[in-house]
Amino acid sequence: MAEVHLRNVTKHYGRDVGVEHIDLTVEDGGFVVLLGPTGAGKTTTLRLIAGLERADAGTVHIGGREVSSETPAQRDVAMVFQQYSLYPHMTVRENLAFPLKSPILKTPKAEIDRKVAEVAEVLRIPHKLDNKATALSGGEMQRVSIGRALVRDPAIFLMDEPLSSLDAKLRSDLRVELKRIHAELRATLLYVTHDQVEAMTMASKIGVLDRGRLVQVGTPREVYEDPASAYVAARLGSPRINLLPAGLMDDAPPGAHVMGLRPEHIAIGQGHEAQVARVEHLGDQTRLHLKLADHDLVTLADDRIPNVGETIRIAPRNPLWFAETGARL
Amino acid sequence: MSSYSVTEPSQKSKTVAAVLVIAYALITMVPLVWIILTGFKSPADAISYPPKVVFDPTLEGYVNLFTTRTRVTPEDLEALGPPETWYDAIVRQYDMVIAGPSKFGERFLNSIIIGFGSTFLSIFLGTLAAYAFSRFRIPLADDLLFFILSTRMMPPIAVAIPIFLMYRQLGLSDTHLGMILLYTAVNISLAVWLLKGFIDEIPREYEEAALIDGYTRFQAFYKVVLPQAATGIASTAIFCLIFAWNEYAFAVLLTSATAQTAPPFIPTIIGVGGLDWPAVAAGATLFLLPVMIFTIVLRKHLLRGITFGAVRK
Repeated sequence: MAEVHLRNVTKHYGRDVGVEHIDLTVEDGGFVVLLGPTGAGKTTTLRLIAGLERADAGTVHIGGREVSSETPAQRDVAMVFQQYSLYPHMTVRENLAFPLKSPILKTPKAEIDRKVAEVAEVLRIPHKLDNKATALSGGEMQRVSIGRALVRDPAIFLMDEPLSSLDAKLRSDLRVELKRIHAELRATLLYVTHDQVEAMTMASKIGVLDRGRLVQVGTPREVYEDPASAYVAARLGSPRINLLPAGLMDDAPPGAHVMGLRPEHIAIGQGHEAQVARVEHLGDQTRLHLKLADHDLVTLADDRIPNVGETIRIAPRNPLWFAETGARL
Repeated sequence: MSSYSVTEPSQKSKTVAAVLVIAYALITMVPLVWIILTGFKSPADAISYPPKVVFDPTLEGYVNLFTTRTRVTPEDLEALGPPETWYDAIVRQYDMVIAGPSKFGERFLNSIIIGFGSTFLSIFLGTLAAYAFSRFRIPLADDLLFFILSTRMMPPIAVAIPIFLMYRQLGLSDTHLGMILLYTAVNISLAVWLLKGFIDEIPREYEEAALIDGYTRFQAFYKVVLPQAATGIASTAIFCLIFAWNEYAFAVLLTSATAQTAPPFIPTIIGVGGLDWPAVAAGATLFLLPVMIFTIVLRKHLLRGITFGAVRK
């Protein structure tokens, strides 16, 4: 395992921005999650590290080594793709053994058998080893493709939304699994997702991407509690942060344009009147859709659940303030 | 099926479909069966009218196909004693003896060498070119592809005379290499276009995974892309082989003594000792076999195309 360091990395696709001026350090043993919507440059960042794309500018260091001129094979990285992850003409065993048989590793046969068996055990697929890769369920396929990365001991694991094509149950199982694997192997991981739950639960550090730029890097708590911009604030938290005009409820600090209210920033019982427009029972929580002077906002109900049409009073509590540019004040 | 289903055909429509398919298969097979049967008829049976469906099978056609014969007087025949082999016996019914082997075996071998040689070369070059067009950013790729396709826009025989003159100058006339190159040149455009389509269908992620797994671009190509392109390669190979195998016009024009293939040879049998239809039919029957065998061998790959790609998208 090794530290990975991106300095001022830029990549354009024709006129489209891939990524711009990315500075990012994935420390040895770290679990960094890149978060952002489609097209934000998450996958491009992984591909630049893997060597599948060549940066227009900037440098990539893996384990202190400048790798810009190295092939993907020489860079010693492992990558899990979002889909098309398994070689369809091979069995599960052959898929897992494939990286070990590469001309770079040339692992002896006994060693291959041992490692494949070991990884199959970790991923709970030993009984599927001799199946054709195409005869697996989606969850099994994705576990095998994670396994194909795990059989090696690469400088860094790159994972490109490995769980996004799975159903909710499997996703949460594998989330726990990945976290455990990370802890056990002391692996360095760079993980891409648009799912904030994955980011919050697994990351040691989150990097938020916006149209090719890395707008904030920090621990999940830092990014959640102390977002650098309205954009970052909107990426984390469920229900999403309510972004309202600054002067809507109470006095705003000078320069403030937008007030950001997370559910925990809204105190129910006193203050401004708001109409309950809709009530969503999710089981563990109840969401209230409120109407406050023509603005919609969503919050969580406390002990008492109001009825639709009822008027309740709400007040902001330590809201986040954003300038007109979206930057945090 | 007792209940009604949108996707499952009813028993009645299945029966109708089966009858139609079988009837169509029989109709298309009749000429083929007739050729095969004629190969086992005696010359008299072959031209009898009305045509004979039931007849005494004989290997005369095949013997005549593979041998050259000379007529001898009954006295000389007497002097030779009893025939030593079954094919001697067949020939002697007509007061003839076998003078030696015919050229058919040699011509057939030429067909095999030239047909399979050019098919291999077309597929080899076509796969590499198709892969490059599919995966790399090639300047003017679209124009190049159109140029490759344009080589097929006129009938190849339209350039027969220039090719004839060039081949004479280059010493390629009547050589195996010359014919292999010619058929490859005709087939390569088809191969590039068909194979590009198949390779486009293979997601790049597979190769990228292999690159990251520690393989070079070329290793990723032959360990990951080639096995998955097997379906496309098999069907393209069949197309190429059928063209090269059946090609007649160039073969007549450019080959004679050494590199002549079976298609121009088979009709010449007619001229040897009258209209020997059974020998022609025997030659045609044997000529059909390699393409049929090749197709049957590759059938597994062709059918695999239907169930292939069971990867979740």
